[in-house]
Order: sequence, then structure tokens, then C-alpha cells
Amino acid sequence: MLHRLRFIPGRLIQSIPVAFGVTLIVFFMARLLPGNPALALLGQRATPESVAALSKQLGLNTPIWEQYFGFLGRIFQGNLGTSITYQQPVTSLLAQAIPVTMSLLGLALLFSLVISIPLAALAAFRPGGARDLGVRAFTLLGQGMPQFWLGIMLILLLAVGLRAFPVGGYGNSAGDHLYYLFLPALTLAITMCPTIIRSLRSSMIDVLESEYVGTAKSKGSYGAALFRGHVLRNAAIPTVSVIGVNLGFLVGGSLVIEKVFALPGLGSMMINAIFTRDFPTIQGVTLFVALFVVVVGILTDVVYTMLDPRVNFGAKEQS
Amino acid sequence: METPLLSVKSLTIGIRRSKSADTIIVDDLSFDIQRGERFGIVGESGSGKSLTLRAIADLLPKGVEVLSGSIRYNGAELIGMPTVQRRRLMGPEIAMIFQEPMTALNPVIRVGDQIAEGPRRYLGLSKKAAMALAIEMMAKTGIPDPARRARAYPHELSGGLRQRIMIAMALSCGPKLLLCDEPTTALDVTVQHQVLKVLEKLCDDSGAALAFVTHDLAVVNQTCTDLAVMYAGHIIESGKVKSVFHDPRHPYTKGLLDSAPDFDQPERDLVPIPGFPPNLAARTSGCPFAPRCVFAVEACTVAMPPTMEVAPGHNAACIESQHIFEGVTV
Ligand SMILES: Nc1ncnc2c1ncn2[C@@H]1O[C@H](COP(=O)(O)OP(=O)(O)OP(=O)(O)O)[C@@H](O)[C@H]1O
Ligand SMILES: [Mg+2]
Repeated sequence: MLHRLRFIPGRLIQSIPVAFGVTLIVFFMARLLPGNPALALLGQRATPESVAALSKQLGLNTPIWEQYFGFLGRIFQGNLGTSITYQQPVTSLLAQAIPVTMSLLGLALLFSLVISIPLAALAAFRPGGARDLGVRAFTLLGQGMPQFWLGIMLILLLAVGLRAFPVGGYGNSAGDHLYYLFLPALTLAITMCPTIIRSLRSSMIDVLESEYVGTAKSKGSYGAALFRGHVLRNAAIPTVSVIGVNLGFLVGGSLVIEKVFALPGLGSMMINAIFTRDFPTIQGVTLFVALFVVVVGILTDVVYTMLDPRVNFGAKEQS
Repeated sequence: METPLLSVKSLTIGIRRSKSADTIIVDDLSFDIQRGERFGIVGESGSGKSLTLRAIADLLPKGVEVLSGSIRYNGAELIGMPTVQRRRLMGPEIAMIFQEPMTALNPVIRVGDQIAEGPRRYLGLSKKAAMALAIEMMAKTGIPDPARRARAYPHELSGGLRQRIMIAMALSCGPKLLLCDEPTTALDVTVQHQVLKVLEKLCDDSGAALAFVTHDLAVVNQTCTDLAVMYAGHIIESGKVKSVFHDPRHPYTKGLLDSAPDFDQPERDLVPIPGFPPNLAARTSGCPFAPRCVFAVEACTVAMPPTMEVAPGHNAACIESQHIFEGVTV
């Protein structure tokens, strides 16, 4: 087991150039947006003098390379700069927003597994049957609905209509957070489910027809024990990488959903920063998201390795 | 006479169709297996041997089902028995060994745990005791260093070891009937022999009866006491192995023996059977072997010949049997 996880340090080293590339792209992309951040900050009626003064104060008029290397150097000191709009260190803004977004993603992932596994099993048990058709209709529907629209519908139905959930916000205690995150996580989960269900369903069909399930039956296994012991884990293996890839998309989805549900997470932070051309914040968030995607990639391979004893990424890289 | 351990009567297996006539794959099959008997089933590819075994084990592939007939185990009817009840027989009463041990073992579970699964369920053993039994069973099948190998995954073992694992698994709950579907076909010749020996010995020790499907007539000769020859879903000849091999009474069996290398006369010429096995979709009313049979007369194409006792305990389904084989000693 452990020797098969030896690929992790190598994978981390490999991701250094990726992270470096991300800083480069992020930094220059932000600079290519039209408009001057000092102008955005001061508003339409600002005098050219005050704009110039603020630009100087923010370091916006030094050569762009200098700005970049300064930025890079500060990153290594754990300093992502100061938010232009909030006048606070970007790191402390991130420290507030990251737990919100990560809880949202974690809960969304949990919900989508809780929804997908039984539905996929229901569908795979008799392909082409009534239940299978029902599940497939659900996946089509789930895929067709835009996230923000679904979010708004859930708000109208469950929050405004039934008053079962808050319309938006994040609350104050941990229990509160869970309560406030429920609807946005459900929204994300419903839009992520179709992909997971489709992958799980087809691999479950394969597994159910495999010879080793026949062997398990010939040992007297049936029903839930057969499913837990010989179907679920085998069918999950191909789905792990599907989930890994989709987690990246889910971060993108959470940008919009956080805005819809007024959650103080990375998404809201990012959107506000883009509107005000708050470069340091944009850079900080993007950098974090890029690193997150890299880490998810490595975690995906770790889970893959733990589920499938035949997988050995380390051996592949050595040979 | 006591009830046979397994009694198959008029078993018909096929694919049910709503719009047209059902496709029949195994037609009106009957045979008995007594306690401790070693029953061989031979026949060419596609004759329905695997499906017959799978029907006994309730492992028919999707879409294929038992259309009619009866399978009695120890007097109890298996056809129509609820799945839950039927699965409870699998392991302690009936067990099965498959042709390809690589695909028959779950790739993500340690082989020791796979063997221990049955004993935990049926013998009420603790995890530890079941593992101890698994290791003991592995030792019995001649796996060296079984305690270490029990922690291996299937892909870490050779084909021969994997098939021994399958044998250990099948016998772990002490079944009375072991179904084997070409258990040695996927193995090297030398390994084949060893695995077969282990299988025979363990069945001898436990007194388990064997239903053994194979292509290999030499293996039947070595392993089995009784034999059924299948052709296109029918048993066309059956009896004691000795009797059938030395005095075949169906032209197909004769052809099969002539087309296989002889264990006693290696220099004899091999004679292939002309033609091809019949197409199941275009089933005719007569003897399915008639189109390839050099002895066929008109009556052969009219109706399926009845099974007749040609010698004590030796049956053949050929109306011309007497003309063809009478006075001819092989
Ligand atoms: N899943 C299935 N669906 C439809 N037809 C099938 C299926 N499995 C087997 N058959 C048909 O049933 C017939 C008998 O198959 P079976 O596997 O029992 O043959 P066999 O005697 O075991 O042959 P072999 O020696 O090649 O293993 C074959 O002609 C095959 O076409
Ligand atoms: Mg077969």
C-alpha cells in the first residue's frame, strides 16, 4: 500500500512549474483587463491627479516586470498583497473565504454521492427497465438546468415557499453554516450528479455482468452484501477520476452559486474583485484555485490507488 | 434406490421471445449425479455445456433462462425456488469453479478474504477463524507459503495459483456437489495436470460429487467415472466412461474419439468430423447431427431419435446405432 503512494512527492515537485506558470498567466491576464484599478476605486468623477497619485501608491506605475517579480517574491513570504478595495491583506480575506467554499464543495460532493450511488444502482440493476428510464430522465433534466436557475428555483420553492431554508447568507455558528450551506450544496450536487450517475451506472452494469460477481453469487452472496462486497468498490474505480475532473468544474460553478446564495466564499470574493479590478485579490483567488485543482488531481490518484490494488503510478514513472 | 444428489429432468434452456418462437439452446436434457460420483460432460464448443452448469448454479447470463424442466438437488426442486433460498445452497451444498481464474476472482480483494467470505457467512466463523480456515484450505490445495499468499491480490499470482485459490474457495464450505467448467483449460499443460490432481484428491477426501465440463477427452478418461456427450444442446450418448470410450454407440461420439489424440495409440491418424456444428437459430426437427453424419438415413431428419439403452447403463440417441456398431469392435 504505502510503497504505491510513493508517487506523491514526485507529483508535488512536478506541480511546481505548473504553479509558477499559473502565477505568470494570472498576473498578466489581470493587467490585460481594460480599465485602471485606481480609476475603478476612485469612481468616475476622480481627477487625473488623484488617479495618478493612487496608482503610484499602489505601485501600478512601476514597470510591469518589476510588479511581477515583486509579486512573486512576496508570494514566497506568504504575502499576497493588500486588497485594493478592502484595504486588507489578501491572505486574511482568503482565510475567511476558503473555509466557506471548501465546506460548500465538500457538502456538495457528499450530497452528490448520496444521491448518485443509490440512483446508479437502481438504474444498473435492470438496464432498460422502468427505473433505469426514470434515472436517465433525471440525469437529462439535471444536466439541462443551468445552475443559477436551479438555485433560484430551490430558493423560491424551499426557502421562500416552504420557509424550510434561509434565502441566503452564512450564519454564525457551525450548525448555522451547515443549515445555510444546505441549499447551495444541493444545487451544486444536482448539477454534478448526472455525470457521476452516468459513469457509475455504466461501470456497475459491467461489474454486475462480470465473472467475479458470478463467483460471489456462487459463494451464496446476494442483495446488499453482494452490492457492498463485490460491486460498489469495483464500480467506483472509474468514477473516481470523473469526480476528480468535475471537482475542478465545481469550483467554477460555486462562483455563481455563492453569488446566488450570498455566501461569503471565494466566488463572491472573486466576482467583487473582478468588478473593481482588485488585482491582488483576483491573483490570490486564482492562485488558490489553481493549487486546489493540482491537489485534487493528486488526491484523485491517491484514492484511485487505495481502491484498486493493481494501480501503481510510481512504477509507471520509474520505468 | 436412494434419491440422486442431483437429478436433471427434461431441462430446456433458451431465450424467451415475445414475438417469435423461443430460441432453444439446451433441449430436453436429463441426467442424474449420485453422491460422490464424477460426472463428465463433453461436447464441442457451443453445445450448451456451460449453460447447463450455470442453470444448476443459478448463474445463467442475462436473457437466457430455464424454459422448462426440473433440477432437483437432494430431492428439492431448484427451479422456481426463491433466489434467497437458492443462494443459501451455494457454498455449503453446491460450489462452482470457472474456466478463467483471473476474471473469476475479484481484482480488488485479497485472495484470503475472498476464500474466507463463504465460511464467515455459513460456518458462522469469526474473521480470524475464517482466515485461518482459508489459509488451511490454501495449504490443502498445495499453495506454498499460504499465510503470505493469502494477503496477495489475484493479479499478483500465477494462473495455476489462482485456480488453486478458486478450488480452495469452492471447497471451503464443504459442498456436496462441485461444478467445474473447464477448470484447467486456461492453464499450461504441466500446471493443468497438477491442478487436476489437487482437485481429484480434495474431492476424494471430502466425498464431493463432481460435474466436470471439458473439451479434453483425456481429462475425462482420467478424472471421471460417468460421462455425457452433448451435441447441439442434446445429450446424445451417456454412460460409464469406460463403456462409452471403448464402445461408442453414437456416430458423433465415435467421430469425437477419432478426432482426438488417442492416449493408447499415439500413432493413429486423427479423423476430423466433416462439416460444422448446427446453427441454433435454424433448428430442424430431426437428429441435429444428421447433416454431418455419414450414416444418416431419411428417418434421421424426421424426428429427434429417442434415447435408447444400448448396453446396461449406456444410452445413445441414434436410430441407426445397431446397424452401425453391431459386431464392430473398436
Ligand atoms: N449470454 C448469452 N446470450 C445468448 N446466447 C448465449 C449466451 N451464452 C451462450 N449462448 C449460446 O448458447 C450456446 C451454448 O453456450 P455454452 O456456453 O453453454 O457452450 P459450451 O458448450 O460451454 O461451449 P464452450 O465449449 O465453447 O464453452 C452457444 O451457442 C451460445 O451461442
Ligand atoms: Mg463453456
